[in-house]
Amino acid sequence: MKSLLATLALTTALTLPGLAMARPVTLTTTLNNYGGDGAYLALYVTDASGAYVGSLWMAGGKSKYYEHLSDWYRATGGDTAQVNGITGASVGAGRSLEITLDLADALFDAGYTLHIDAAVEDMRDSPNEVAVPLTTDGAGTPVRGRRYVASFAYDM
Amino acid sequence: MIRALHRWPGLLALALVTILALSGAALSVFPAAERIAAPQPETGLTVAGLADRIQTVYPGVEQIRRSPSGRITAYWFDQGAPGAAVIDPATGEGVASADPNQAERWLTNLHRSLFLGDGGRIAMAAGAAAMLVLSLSGAALVARRTGGWRHWFARLRGPLAGRLHVEIARIAVVGLVLSSTTALWMTASTFDLLPDGGAIPAMPTEVSGATGFAPGQMATLRQTPIAELRELSFPYPGDATDVFTLKTDRGTGYLDQGTGALLAWADLTGWERVSETIYMLHTGQGAATLGLVLGLMALGVPAMGATGVLVWLAGLRGRPRIRGNQPAGRAETILLVGSEGGSTWGFAATLHAALTQAGQSVHVGPMSGFAPESYANAQRIILLAATYGDGAAPASAKGFLDRLNACDRAADIPIAVLGFGDRSFPAYCAYAESVATAAEAKGWPELLAFDTIDRQSPQDFARWGRALGDALGIELELSHRPVQPQTTTLTLVSRRDYGAEVQAPTAILRFALPRVALWQRLLGGGFARFQTGDLIGILPEGGTVPRLYSLASGRRDGFIEIVVKKHPGGLCSGQLTALEPGDTVSAFLRPNPGFRPGRSRAPLILIGAGTGIGPLAGFVRGNTRRRPIHLFFGMRHPDSDFFYGEEFPGWQDEGRVSRLVTAVSRGARPHYVQDALRSEATQVAELIRNGARVMVCGGRDMAAGVAEALAEILAPAGLTPAVLKAEGRYVEDVY
Repeated sequence: MKSLLATLALTTALTLPGLAMARPVTLTTTLNNYGGDGAYLALYVTDASGAYVGSLWMAGGKSKYYEHLSDWYRATGGDTAQVNGITGASVGAGRSLEITLDLADALFDAGYTLHIDAAVEDMRDSPNEVAVPLTTDGAGTPVRGRRYVASFAYDM
Repeated sequence: MIRALHRWPGLLALALVTILALSGAALSVFPAAERIAAPQPETGLTVAGLADRIQTVYPGVEQIRRSPSGRITAYWFDQGAPGAAVIDPATGEGVASADPNQAERWLTNLHRSLFLGDGGRIAMAAGAAAMLVLSLSGAALVARRTGGWRHWFARLRGPLAGRLHVEIARIAVVGLVLSSTTALWMTASTFDLLPDGGAIPAMPTEVSGATGFAPGQMATLRQTPIAELRELSFPYPGDATDVFTLKTDRGTGYLDQGTGALLAWADLTGWERVSETIYMLHTGQGAATLGLVLGLMALGVPAMGATGVLVWLAGLRGRPRIRGNQPAGRAETILLVGSEGGSTWGFAATLHAALTQAGQSVHVGPMSGFAPESYANAQRIILLAATYGDGAAPASAKGFLDRLNACDRAADIPIAVLGFGDRSFPAYCAYAESVATAAEAKGWPELLAFDTIDRQSPQDFARWGRALGDALGIELELSHRPVQPQTTTLTLVSRRDYGAEVQAPTAILRFALPRVALWQRLLGGGFARFQTGDLIGILPEGGTVPRLYSLASGRRDGFIEIVVKKHPGGLCSGQLTALEPGDTVSAFLRPNPGFRPGRSRAPLILIGAGTGIGPLAGFVRGNTRRRPIHLFFGMRHPDSDFFYGEEFPGWQDEGRVSRLVTAVSRGARPHYVQDALRSEATQVAELIRNGARVMVCGGRDMAAGVAEALAEILAPAGLTPAVLKAEGRYVEDVY
C-alpha cells in the first residue's frame, strides 16, 4: 500500500515550482501502545516564522473529527482540500505509518519544521505531538512524541 | 405484504440485529456506572473555580473535559511527561485513571463496526435499518392482530411462541424505534452526510500579547457554571499568540491569556444541537436512566428473534405443497384460501386431494387472487377463510371483498364459504361470515350453507366434507391430519361407568401419568406440564384423524382424566369406552390456554352439560383456594349420569364449590342448564356485574342456549355475552 502512496506525488506548495529539484523522503511514524482506538495524525510543515506551509499526510478519513487535531485545524481552518488525495486510514496503537513523498530540496536546511498533531477518541488531543526541524543532518534520527508517538524519523 | 416486510428482514438480519442488541444492552450500563462513580461538584462551582483548583494541583494542565455524566478529566504535562486523571472537582486532585475502559471500548467497536472499519459501520447501519423496518412492520402486525391501535395491550391467545413474540414486542418496540432511528442519524453524521459539523469561530488575529492572567479571574469562566462545561483548553506555555479555548453546551469561544477577554464566540448550530440530543438518546450519555431502559428493551431482541423463527417454522410446516394444481381457466372447482398462519392451506390441500381423487379438476389459490372473469370452466367456487384479529381479512385474502364488491354482477357459479376460527374469540369466523354475506348480497348462488370449523377440528371438516359430497353427488371423505404430533402411550388405571340406563353410556377414564424425559421436563413439552381444560388428542386404532377431549385433571392431580361418551358407531369413543385397566392408547397434549379459570379471586360461573362437566369438575377439584364457584350442571337423570356425583358432596363440604345447581332433562318437566340459569337470573346477573368469570363447556347447542339465556339475563344490566367475551370473562370450550 505504501508503495502505491509513494506514487501519489505531492501536489501542494511543497513541490515548489521553479525549484524542480525534489527527492523521495520516507516518513516513518511508530505509535506506542496507548490503549485506545486508532489515532488520527496530521503531518504538516510550517516555515521559520511558524506559518503553515502545507500538509504532507492525514491519517484518518472522517473530517468531522479533524477539529481535534487542533493546531492543524487552526492553521487550515479545517480545510479538507489541504489533504485531498493525501488521506489514509487512522493508525492503531503500536502500529507504524510509513509514507514516501517527493519533497522539494528547498524545504531542507531552510528553517522549515515538520509537525504531527495526534488525537484519539475519548483520550487527550495532542496538538504538536512531534515538531522536528527539516535538516539534511537530522535525517534518520528518530525523535519521540509527547504522548502517542513512540518514534518518528524521516529518511532520504 | 406487511408480514413479508416483517419476515424477510427479520430472518436475514437476525444475527446482525442480535449482535447490535446484545452489545447495545451491555453498553447501556456504562453511562449509569459512570454517573454513579463520577465525583459531583458542589453547587455554584464555576469553570473558573474548577480551573483554578486543577491548575494549583497540576500546573502543567493543558485541557479539562467534562463528560455528559459529569465526570471531569484533566490532561497535563509534568516535566515533559504526559499525565491524565479523573478529577474530584472539590479538590482539583486526580482520583481515578482517565484511560478508556477497555471492555467499553471493545463493545463500542463491536456495536458500531464489528471491528471492520467503515465497511462494518455500514453493515451495522443496515442492521439498524432492518431493526427499524422490523419495528414498524411488527407494530402494524400487532395492531392488526389485536384489532387496532386502541387495543395495543389487548389479551393475546394462540401458541406460546407467537404470544411471547408479541408480548415482548409491544413493550420493546418504542425503545427499538428510538435506538434504530438515532443509530441511522449517527451513522449519517459519522459519514459527513449531515451538515452538523462544529461551528468553530475564526482564530482571532489580534491578541493582547501578554500572558499570565489566571483563568480563575476570567469573567467568562466565572459566569459559566460547571454543568455547562464541555472542554477548556489552555494555551501553549511560551506561545503568547495562543489563547484559551472554551467549549460549553452553548458554543465555542476564545479567551485572551493576557487579559481574560472573550475574543470570539460561536453558538452551536441547530444541526449540532439536534445531533447532540440524538447522541444522548442513543448512548444514554447524559441520560443514564433512559440508556438503561433502552438497554433492557434491546434485550428483548434475541428473544423475539428466537420466537420469530419458531413462528416462521410453524408456518412453513403448516403449509403443504399442492400436487397437480390445475390452472384457474381450466378447473371445474375453484378453491380459494384465506389463511394467516398457513394452517388453512393444509385443509385446502386435503380438500384438493380428495376432490382430485374423485375425478374433479381443481384449482387452489389465495383468495386475494379472486378473478371470476378468468374462471371459464368453473362450476363452483369454494372459499376457505380464516379470520385475523377482530374480523379482518387474513393475509392471503387481502382485497378479496373489494374485488367481490367491484364485480358489477355475480357470475352464475355457486359458491360455498367455510370459515376457520376459534370459538373462544369474540369475532369467531367473522371474516368468513362477512364474505358469505357479501356474496349473498351480490346475488351469487349458494352451493352449500355457510359453515365453520372450530380450532382446526378434523371432525368438523369431515362433516362439512360429507355435506359437500352430497351437494356434488359424490362420495367425499375428508380425513385431514393437521400436523401429526408426537404421541405418548397412556395406560388406563381405572374407569367409572355412567349413563347406561339413559342410553348414553359414558365413562370417566383415568390414565397414569406417563414418564417424562428430562428434556421434555425442561422444555415443558408433551405431558410434562398440563392443566385442567387442556385437550388431549387420541388417535384411534385404524383411524387417521385424532379426536380431542377436554382434560378433567391437571398435572398436579397426578393422573390424566377424561369423560367420554360412547357415540353410536363412533370409532374413537367406542375404543376408549371399551378400555379396561391396563390397556393403552396413543395420545398427545394440546394446550388450551384460552380455557383456564385464571389466578384471580373473582367468582367463577361454570356451566356445562353431559361430558362437558369433565373439565369443570376438574376446576372444582383443583380449587383448594376456595374461590367462589357456582356450577350449573345439566344431566339426563341424577341416578344415571350425575358424573362425579360421589365427589361433589365432599367438595362442597371443603368449600371447593359454593353452589351446585343441577338441571335434569329426562322426566315429566324437562329442565335444561339454560333453564337453570334463567331461574337463578338475579344471582347470576349480580355475580357477573361484580366481575365473575363465565366458563362454558359442552355441546354446541347447549352453548348457544346458554349464550341466549345469558344475553336475556344480562340485558337489564346493559351487558352482553359479546362484551364479556371481549373482556376475556366469558370463555367456551365447545364441541
